[in-house]
Amino acid sequence: MEVERTQSEDAPVQVPEPEVPWVTIVHNDPVNLMSYVTYVFQAYFGYSKDKAKKLMLDVHHKGRAVVSEGSREEMERDVQAMHGYGLWATLSQDR
Amino acid sequence: MAGYFERAGGEDGGAAVALDEIEISILRSLAVQLLELIGPGERAESVGDELDALFTEGPSEPPSDPALARLFPDAYHGPEDGDQDERSQQYSAEFRRFTEGDLRAGKRENLLRVIRALDGLSGQENGPGGAVLTLTPDDSQAWLRTLNDLRLAIGVRLGISKDDDSDRLFGLPDDNPDKPLVMAYLWLGGLQESLIATLLP
Repeated sequence: MEVERTQSEDAPVQVPEPEVPWVTIVHNDPVNLMSYVTYVFQAYFGYSKDKAKKLMLDVHHKGRAVVSEGSREEMERDVQAMHGYGLWATLSQDR
Repeated sequence: MAGYFERAGGEDGGAAVALDEIEISILRSLAVQLLELIGPGERAESVGDELDALFTEGPSEPPSDPALARLFPDAYHGPEDGDQDERSQQYSAEFRRFTEGDLRAGKRENLLRVIRALDGLSGQENGPGGAVLTLTPDDSQAWLRTLNDLRLAIGVRLGISKDDDSDRLFGLPDDNPDKPLVMAYLWLGGLQESLIATLLP
């Protein structure tokens, strides 16, 4: 039995683009308290105290840290939440 | 200015702080100034307006006031990213159109909550330590964000852009015109730090 071909012969083969994840980045800021940044990472992302503190220290010492990863929509939500808290956050595609 | 938050309330948490008249008036004045800076916004007054507001788009350009620009930064362009390309500029503008209205409204609501709480203190019989402000856990969240927003706005006004700029402020002579704002900035930092301590397990 032959399977009916629904696709025409000359249709270009569509290779779905690999889902390149987006990331939320929090940037260092001389005003935000270290305890506040740690608190926000725990309260919003639900991270453990240790993980939140490590990310905060990365922000402080390296100038930035990736705090979450996902679809563009999810990262826009995270960035908006960070701006609500007053943290300096951006999103970008992780290449 | 020795008023700092302490844990209060029952199992649900909460925080309390004693504030004297001067502290109340400084806090209130700073909150009102930030409220005015953020602006009335296009929030709805009636049901019909609320529907309209759903379809009202926010701005696509960053605010021209540097303090507001810090409170509502570009979402697709960070401080170390160099020149912004056209694509990220377009994304930032889109993000701003759909989020800045809500962000402004949220910050405004928090500020109003703080101002109302301070106004509620003026009728209180004040003891020698001043009036006692008690916050529910929800109040604490509004206060936490507002204290941070106030410090961000003042930080911009004081030109704090590097980590060691704060150290410079500590050494400012008494006759410097920025001194009162610096004192307020440092006090707000202490208030916020003590409020965070009440929120940790």
